[in-house]
Amino acid sequence: MSVPLHAGTDHCAGPERGEITPALERQAEELVARYPVSKRSAVLPLLHLWQETFGYIGPRGVEWIAQKLSLQEIQVLELVTFYPWFRQRPYGKFHFRVCRTLPCALGGSGKTFAALKNLLQLKGDAQEGALVSEDGFFSLEYSECLASCGTAPVVLCNDDFHEKVDEKRAAELVSACR
Amino acid sequence: MNPWNHDVAKDEKDLVDVQIDGVWMQMPRGLNVVEVAHRAKKFLPHYCYHPKLSVVGNCRMCLFEMGTPKMGPDRKPVLGADGKPEIAWMPRPQIGCATGITPGMGIRTDSALVKDCRNGVMEFLLINHPLDCPICDQAGECKLQEFSVEYGTGASRFTENKVKKPKNVDLGERIVLDDERCILCSRCVRFSSEITQDNVLGFVNRGSHSTLTAYPGKSFDNDYSLNTVDICPVGALTSKDFRFQMRVWFLKETKSLCTSCGTGCNTMIGSREGKVYRLTPRENESVNSHWMCDHGRLNFHYLESKERLTRPLLKAAGEQFPGTWVDAIARAAEGLQKVKPAEIAIVASGRLTNEELFVLKRLAGELGVSQVDTVPHLGQGDKFLRSADGNPNGRGAELLGLSSGGRVLSGWAAAILSGKIKALLVLGGENLISAGIPASTLAKLEVLIYSGILSNETSRLAQVVLPGSGFAEKTGSMVNVHGRLQRMTRAISAPGEAREDWMILRDLRMALTGGNSLHSVEDIWKSMATEVPQFQGLNWAKIGDLGIQIESSAKADEAKLA
Repeated sequence: MSVPLHAGTDHCAGPERGEITPALERQAEELVARYPVSKRSAVLPLLHLWQETFGYIGPRGVEWIAQKLSLQEIQVLELVTFYPWFRQRPYGKFHFRVCRTLPCALGGSGKTFAALKNLLQLKGDAQEGALVSEDGFFSLEYSECLASCGTAPVVLCNDDFHEKVDEKRAAELVSACR
Repeated sequence: MNPWNHDVAKDEKDLVDVQIDGVWMQMPRGLNVVEVAHRAKKFLPHYCYHPKLSVVGNCRMCLFEMGTPKMGPDRKPVLGADGKPEIAWMPRPQIGCATGITPGMGIRTDSALVKDCRNGVMEFLLINHPLDCPICDQAGECKLQEFSVEYGTGASRFTENKVKKPKNVDLGERIVLDDERCILCSRCVRFSSEITQDNVLGFVNRGSHSTLTAYPGKSFDNDYSLNTVDICPVGALTSKDFRFQMRVWFLKETKSLCTSCGTGCNTMIGSREGKVYRLTPRENESVNSHWMCDHGRLNFHYLESKERLTRPLLKAAGEQFPGTWVDAIARAAEGLQKVKPAEIAIVASGRLTNEELFVLKRLAGELGVSQVDTVPHLGQGDKFLRSADGNPNGRGAELLGLSSGGRVLSGWAAAILSGKIKALLVLGGENLISAGIPASTLAKLEVLIYSGILSNETSRLAQVVLPGSGFAEKTGSMVNVHGRLQRMTRAISAPGEAREDWMILRDLRMALTGGNSLHSVEDIWKSMATEVPQFQGLNWAKIGDLGIQIESSAKADEAKLA
């Protein structure tokens, strides 16, 4: 069975060092222009833009955005640390989010998580944040409700949504990525 | 100008009727309920609210019960038996800081509901707060501690584990943070973004692990950072200089002034057993509001410097030896009498008080000495409180006619070399070598008398050294750069045999000219008020704790430029 996949962002080589292209600058300007009353409001769109481009938001991103919006760096960092979607370190090319909210938990998302962790040979404590494989190809974390409780357990792989992911389906997902 | 000023009414005469704890009163429109309660001599406890910062309403401690006039079917207020509107009370409490008063509003600051709310808020705040007041430096001036006693319960129902957060965090040069003690009121964050516009503080990991932090790689050390220690309601932010030095309840508080620049921020000296432990800003809306700069706040340790002069010194065979006051004053008088009055120059000082300068003025007048000036101390000012004029009482010296701002003094090096000046009386601990008179020139003087609190290159050349008093050791008044006359009171005694400077000058005057008056600060004021036009009609008591504007700020600036 084939699994449709969006290719992940390739950020295995310290991507925050990547070039800030004129195209990125232009995109940022367009986003800022959407908020004529208070450009501070553009901070979330810019954070998304940066993370989509570079894979994660490190100090360089925080400082770039702060400077674009005339904010203090800490005002940007406050948001980065608040939203679980934003990450401050590179995740894998394929990033799995396993829902652990009650319906999925009852549906066996714990087993799904353990299976993925095992298949991807990930080490560490999931309570401390996302687990990333040594080759930087895969990463895995728990998430809260992904809004499909009727088809628990659900998994998000990059931007693709997968329903009723039991251990077998988890293995299929992983092999599709590989 | 503070953009918030929640405690200042736009118009004190535009009043609305409000009922506070059953009593109808009139209060200025636009004030919030915390301020209105304060004016009604009631108290709404609060942590995050500060009259000089924006309102965020996050601590929920100022919850009160609110009501509005009951409306009849005709949409007119229903009047009770007493002719006053009847009030319909809302079932849910409101926060006082973010609620402006409206006509006919009912406010209950002490009802069962309000008490219950406070109790609940206190219980929540204490869930994760360490319960180790005995080892916390804030104990004794901690709002959490005070309100817990006042509005909390004796025991906690919380049996789970407390959240762990960073402790002993070095935020910058002068401040240490304990995140577990932080109650997330955000006063420090707002102070640094709204008052100093240099914000490096913020909350990360918002949620149950909300943590106050400085942006990684940046340190929180702008020159006003220690004000956050004052406004921190708990023991989260502490001053490295003061923490664990002294329990605050032992401190004697004395109203004084900061003498580190010409602004003259009003201060409170915290001292115990003859030692100053800290300076904190004392509220004065005409000068420094609630704030002061870190430089001025920490600039008191020199009172205990190793260089401190504690005994009169007399030079014999090229060396200085300790002597008695009687001998020192006699030697000084003898020296000054050896030369003609025209050959004497006096270095008054912008660090002396008006009272000291006035005794000096009398002394100079009676001796016939006309060459008197002060040493200018130009420093780095900022746009907030710090003045570039390092003399705390430079304006006072000008008003008393003892200063040309250094212009006269600039000719003295040449006059000493040419023999026109043979004797120099140096006051206020001024170091003439840094003021442009080299040691080799000073060595040419027949007589050099020095009075100050620290020894320096100039004092070591003097024949007589008269040890004086620092700002915390004397009572007197000063005029700041904006023309405001303010007073300072003595907190501690000068160490050893050092004396208040006005007494030194009084004794010197008596020995030199026989002038026998001016025996107290009040005495001095009686004469000074008649002789100095700007002090006309004033006396010590009239200056008050907050000072008096004796000339317009513009006029003081103009005089400085002239």
